[in-house]
Amino acid sequence: MRYLPLLWAGLFRRKTRTILTLLSIVVAFLLFGMLQAVQTAFESGADAADAKRLLTTARYSIIEPLPMAHLKVIERVPGVVGVASADWFGAKYQNESNAFPVFAVDPARYLDMYPEFTIDPAQREAFAKTRTGAVAGQRLVDRYGWRIGQKLPIASEIHAKTDGSLNWEFDLVGVIDAEDPAIRGNTDVVLINVAHFDEARQLGRGKTGWYVERIAESEQAKAISSEIDRLFANSPDETKTAPEKEFAVGFAKQIGDIGAVVTRILIAVFFTILILTGNTMAQSIRERIPELAILKTLGFSDARVTALVVAEAVLLLALGGGLGMAAAAALLPAVNGSTGGRFPPLFVTETTWLAAAGLALLVALAIGLPPALRARRLRIVDALAGR
Amino acid sequence: MRHPVRALAQIAQITLINLRSLPQRLGTSLVVVVGIAGVVGVLVSVLAMGEGFRHTLASTGRPGRVIMLRAGSDAELSSGVDRDQTTLLAALPAIARDGSGRPLASAELVVMVDLPRKGESHPNNVPFRGVQPGAFAIRDELRLVEGRAFRRGVREVIVGRKAAQQFAGLDVGSRIAFRDSDWTVVGTFATGGDVHESEIWADAEVAMSAFRRTGYQSMTATLADGSQAGLAALTAAIRRDPRLSINVLREPEYYAKQAGVLARLITVLGYTVAAFMAIGATFGALNCMYSAIASRQVEIATLRAIGFGGAPVVVSVMIEALLLALVGGAAGGALAYVYCDGASLSTLNFSTFSQVAFDFRVTPALLGQGLAWALLIGAAGGLLPAIRAARLPVTTALRAV
Repeated sequence: MRYLPLLWAGLFRRKTRTILTLLSIVVAFLLFGMLQAVQTAFESGADAADAKRLLTTARYSIIEPLPMAHLKVIERVPGVVGVASADWFGAKYQNESNAFPVFAVDPARYLDMYPEFTIDPAQREAFAKTRTGAVAGQRLVDRYGWRIGQKLPIASEIHAKTDGSLNWEFDLVGVIDAEDPAIRGNTDVVLINVAHFDEARQLGRGKTGWYVERIAESEQAKAISSEIDRLFANSPDETKTAPEKEFAVGFAKQIGDIGAVVTRILIAVFFTILILTGNTMAQSIRERIPELAILKTLGFSDARVTALVVAEAVLLLALGGGLGMAAAAALLPAVNGSTGGRFPPLFVTETTWLAAAGLALLVALAIGLPPALRARRLRIVDALAGR
Repeated sequence: MRHPVRALAQIAQITLINLRSLPQRLGTSLVVVVGIAGVVGVLVSVLAMGEGFRHTLASTGRPGRVIMLRAGSDAELSSGVDRDQTTLLAALPAIARDGSGRPLASAELVVMVDLPRKGESHPNNVPFRGVQPGAFAIRDELRLVEGRAFRRGVREVIVGRKAAQQFAGLDVGSRIAFRDSDWTVVGTFATGGDVHESEIWADAEVAMSAFRRTGYQSMTATLADGSQAGLAALTAAIRRDPRLSINVLREPEYYAKQAGVLARLITVLGYTVAAFMAIGATFGALNCMYSAIASRQVEIATLRAIGFGGAPVVVSVMIEALLLALVGGAAGGALAYVYCDGASLSTLNFSTFSQVAFDFRVTPALLGQGLAWALLIGAAGGLLPAIRAARLPVTTALRAV
């Protein structure tokens, strides 16, 4: 610590140069923070997944419907604490297809599956009691400026009402939200009461899209999944059950190559930064060779001079990396605001901070070590003579 | 500037001196080149990805063809058209006929089948399309590149070129199992790089029984009259028939809608990344130009002491910066071209909930854009150091030795 003033003086010996270098490092880490946030958002489903939650879909395609009668059967499987069905509605809002997902659910059963969602108990009660009721995620409510008590006119691209019309209307009775930003993305949904939906639709009555199960012990997930699937094996409606996380990971995998592209962009960014700052660092040390020689004359050991040079690089990266990551963390809420909640919430996780710290250290060593070794080999006589 | 000709001569001379001394400053100059090459390389490749995706969707469909979906549906996946309706639709006079009088229309169903990417095990939603015989006459861009077409009434499939590249087990001759049915891959087809190349095609009737469907999802047809009047005639005929509640869209219009969200995401991602990188690289370029000037302080002061003007010094430094930027930009563009052009990737299109494969497309326009960014960074990075070099009092600069 007592060398900090010396490091600082060395770093800001040429202010313009160091500030420019710092800025390019700040930008690199800002980009790192933001792109990692996008990556995390794609994979956030997996992080938000509850190990005690299973999902059951039709075996061959998740868009095939399953009979609602499966519910009673699944409920009796030992280890299953609760089960809820959910169905795709295929929402079209203000002429925009898939503006947000709408699920037809049994209110009490479904909300029991997701204890991490927060909802006012009175609103939950109202949702269970109102046949035409609906609850929506806080971010959706903010995006569209909805108010509790209003009618929600939502068209369906899949389900017609008995009168043939595709235009449905629900009463917004509550708002769901979540504390954890990783889970908040999962509340970007409108839930409607299946009791009314199933009765009022023209086709597909008595069918549902998928089941959510809550189990007592997460270690039993595999065994319970296969038990559920065994019950429906060789029936016309075979099932595929897996822990929620597996579905989320599968979905992230489907995004596939885009993630790989983001990683490659980051590699290019850091390679470029490495070249730029490495060059500046080397030059800065070259200019200070006589000063380093004087340090050695004063009794600084070779090792200490080497350490000083490396420490300077570490300080540079710590400053730039810290500022860049802080900027990313500060900017993301604004980005979230401007996407209008159309994209899952972006935020900097602890893992990203750790990765950034590791990366900063790596870059610091890469650009600090070559000039540091040069400083170590320095012979006082030659250096002072300018040879 | 009293003598413009003399000023030009001075610029030329200083620039020549600068360029001749470049080899002595190879390190710093290379850094500028590499930095800018990095920015341009990333910019061009990211935008090439967006360009490729747009191209794939934009080249799908012909304006003379229409896709008919259930009213209210914007995508095949959420649409449903039953058998009787497709018969009625195909019989409409607004739809073209082939030489023997059969309508150029194909009722189709699309299901998602799970296939892993090559070398992976996670399932992906790959679209499996059941088509009627008319499909081949309608889509005349379709060419079989390997094997033969599937026979009617048999569990045989032909596979789009891109699907065969991306997903495992789709080579001609291999067998694939979906639901409780086994299918043989008998051919590979190309459709000029459009979205159908990400699909698997089979006979509609066979697919319908295998996947236990009772209806179709869409009908694609060629208009008898491709003009606006022809489309209006079809729409009017459908509206007159109470048994039909059908939405008609020209194919390009339909596929443009499908591109929407993902295209926007890719473009925004590309430009954001490129803008940030450009800012970072501008700082780097500034730095390098500053130190290049700093190391030549005495030389520049000497020039000015013997009568060279300030403006020629500024201009010549700028020229050097721009030249380095140009070299960097060209190198970056070339790298992007070599590594990315034609490389294919696939991702989930949120609008259709299915995999779509596309190629990176490095177009001349994108390369031009890359060079423009490079020059901009060069100009921004060269201007301040150049002015500084010209402003520094000659005596101070000379004393710095």
